[in-house]
Amino acid sequence: METLKLRRIKVADVQFGSVTEIQGKTLFINKEELISLLLEDKQLQSVDVKLARPGESKRIVPVKDVIEPRTKLDEKTYTFPGFFCDPDFISGRGTTIVLDGAAIVTSGKLVNFQEGLIDMSGKGAEYSVFSKKNNIVLLFEPVPGLGKHEHERSVRNGGVKAARFIAEAVKNFGEYEEAEYPAATLLELLGSNAALPKVVYICQTIAQGLLHDNYFYGLNAQGCLPVLMNPTELMDGAVVSGNCAAPCHKHTTYHHQNNPIIEDLLSEHEKKITFLGVIVAPVRTAFVEKERICNQVFKIAQMIGAEGAIVSEDGGGNPEADLMMLTRLFEKNGIKTVLVTDEYAGSDGASAGLADVTPEADAVVTNGNGNERVILPPMDEVIGHIECVDVITGGHSGSLLPDGSVAMEIAGIMGSTNELGTENLTTWAI
Amino acid sequence: MTKIRVVHYMNQFFGQIGGEDKAGIPPFATNDPVGIGNVFQLASNNRYVIVKTIICGDNYAAENLEEVKAKVLEWIKEENPDLFIAGPAFAAGRYGTSCGTLCQAVITELGIPAISAMHPVNPGVDIAKKDMFIVETGDSAREISSVVPKMIRLADKVLNKEPIGGPEEEGYIPRGIRINVRKAKRGSRRAVDMLVKKMNNESFTTELPMPVFDTVPPAPPVSDMSDAIIAIGTEGGIVPRGNPDRIEAHNASKWCHYSIEGIESLKKGDYEVAHGGYDPVPANENPNRVLPLDAARVLEKEKAFARLHNEYPVTVGNVTAVKSAERYGKEMGEMLMSQGVQGVILTST
Repeated sequence: METLKLRRIKVADVQFGSVTEIQGKTLFINKEELISLLLEDKQLQSVDVKLARPGESKRIVPVKDVIEPRTKLDEKTYTFPGFFCDPDFISGRGTTIVLDGAAIVTSGKLVNFQEGLIDMSGKGAEYSVFSKKNNIVLLFEPVPGLGKHEHERSVRNGGVKAARFIAEAVKNFGEYEEAEYPAATLLELLGSNAALPKVVYICQTIAQGLLHDNYFYGLNAQGCLPVLMNPTELMDGAVVSGNCAAPCHKHTTYHHQNNPIIEDLLSEHEKKITFLGVIVAPVRTAFVEKERICNQVFKIAQMIGAEGAIVSEDGGGNPEADLMMLTRLFEKNGIKTVLVTDEYAGSDGASAGLADVTPEADAVVTNGNGNERVILPPMDEVIGHIECVDVITGGHSGSLLPDGSVAMEIAGIMGSTNELGTENLTTWAI
Repeated sequence: MTKIRVVHYMNQFFGQIGGEDKAGIPPFATNDPVGIGNVFQLASNNRYVIVKTIICGDNYAAENLEEVKAKVLEWIKEENPDLFIAGPAFAAGRYGTSCGTLCQAVITELGIPAISAMHPVNPGVDIAKKDMFIVETGDSAREISSVVPKMIRLADKVLNKEPIGGPEEEGYIPRGIRINVRKAKRGSRRAVDMLVKKMNNESFTTELPMPVFDTVPPAPPVSDMSDAIIAIGTEGGIVPRGNPDRIEAHNASKWCHYSIEGIESLKKGDYEVAHGGYDPVPANENPNRVLPLDAARVLEKEKAFARLHNEYPVTVGNVTAVKSAERYGKEMGEMLMSQGVQGVILTST
């Protein structure tokens, strides 16, 4: 059976240094080298790099994406397939180097409202996995007059480049933990234990225009039909996020690389279930596209013999139409379905939290109400542009308080109600 | 033992004044516990001290609710108690309405905690349940001995800011509010566990029972278009340059309306997208593609209708709470109808 080995190198601190390397558990970054690599993109006027570690009094805003540094051990294979590499290899196999504990955070001038905030300490840090990372923050400033789409592309590409480059620079470091994941064929899967319930996982990915796009193997998902993937392909960066739907519930590239539903399904694979694979499904706006895509997802699930499914939402609002449509299709045809979502139940929690519903959706996991209001304490240092908190999703005019506190909805905190279930927030009816 | 100073509200019947024949009496106050007030004191081992009892006839309260409310608030403000108890009202509708209204006013206007108890169908429940815990009762006062301890237990938790369990566990009427809490297991693990149970036909509990939506029947067609004033409006967040009223990009707290009088078409730069849920580039380039003023003017010239209304309503419909959306829709409709508009083209994104 083909497998993917994840070789996790532990990173407990990040510092600037003269060489990009790892010593002990400290990752050193050669700042000038990284900046000159990123400035190869002529649409960027300037790039700066800042560091933000867990527990520090630092606030990063506006955040576009977060990416875990990963690279391949083997020659002529690459993480983030489709980005700056020859596509002549099969992704999700071999050995992948992971800088576990480090993250690339893309920031700089606001592209559009859907960008978020990461606090490294205080109340805000309770909400986000990214507050627990050693963050390498890339501040991109575009050349004057650059269009929004080009601006977004430059920032997205820069994040991917940096994530691969830093991992590549330290890939031969000798201390690591290795875990092996199956990249099995259908025959191998079905032969393992025919009696176990067969489960497929459907991962929604928004495909709706600027800051609402995702990339499958480098292709904009707007033009894609659903794709069947081995879980290991996502670990290798087969899905890259250009998606900044509300920060609380967008899937960053990091979330796709570390999809916890995949991890938890794999942990039960060959024990309580047979995990058949992942169907990555674009979410478009038009109803005909939703119908087309949901029927394709159902077809693939049925072809491979799924008896149960987990479907995770990406974003909120219209993707709930896809979620409910798919639930009806699955349940009507005997595929038992669990949905993973979050809610917008209003600041008082008294409103209906979803934009679409169906009675068949009787098994739902919710990751919290994004409209909950919080006051985030002032931080000693702001990385990025603090004035953005008044206009980003979750903020409002007056979000930035005179003492530097920020009053906003948790919708503005990166990953706070993540719909892959990365966090442990949920709602409770009183 | 800390004493809890309580003001207690009750109707003429529980106030031992009389039955329906006395329902017209105006509110009055005494500084002693009356009737059930004694039960509260006793059941709390005299921790609860009723410092004032307010008694009002059901009919008087129903017919003069604002006046009664003002009077009761004044008395409570003077007394500044730790807690306001209203009822229990059981299934009595007029009594429940005044209890709910007064509790809500005491909580929201004075910031003093309140507790009540009613039958779930009592109209007072819907008035106040968003703001308070209302202990669930049957329809008769026979249950008083079991209801009072439940009210005390819940009130104590509210006063001490202790965590409060679910409606069934604590015995209150579900408030229809979802609050964020943390679980021991992350969401993905809970989903996998739920799926394994569902596939093995074991019982499981969904974390989000499906809400029930209202259905809105379509309006009847406009009877005579040649005579009709037609409006255009949008949830697509097309606003004048600079978003003067600061409509939020997400979960908008307001809707606004702007004049389009004498404007033939929305010029790039004069109008912009405030909406955070879609790619704004094409509509910033040509705002008419979300709010179709240019096309509406053509139809107006072709006399497809009498005239285009000179105001357009706008909000941002992006992960907006359904309750807010309902309210904005209703208010927009009321504004347009009050201005004589017979039809509206609403665009969505």
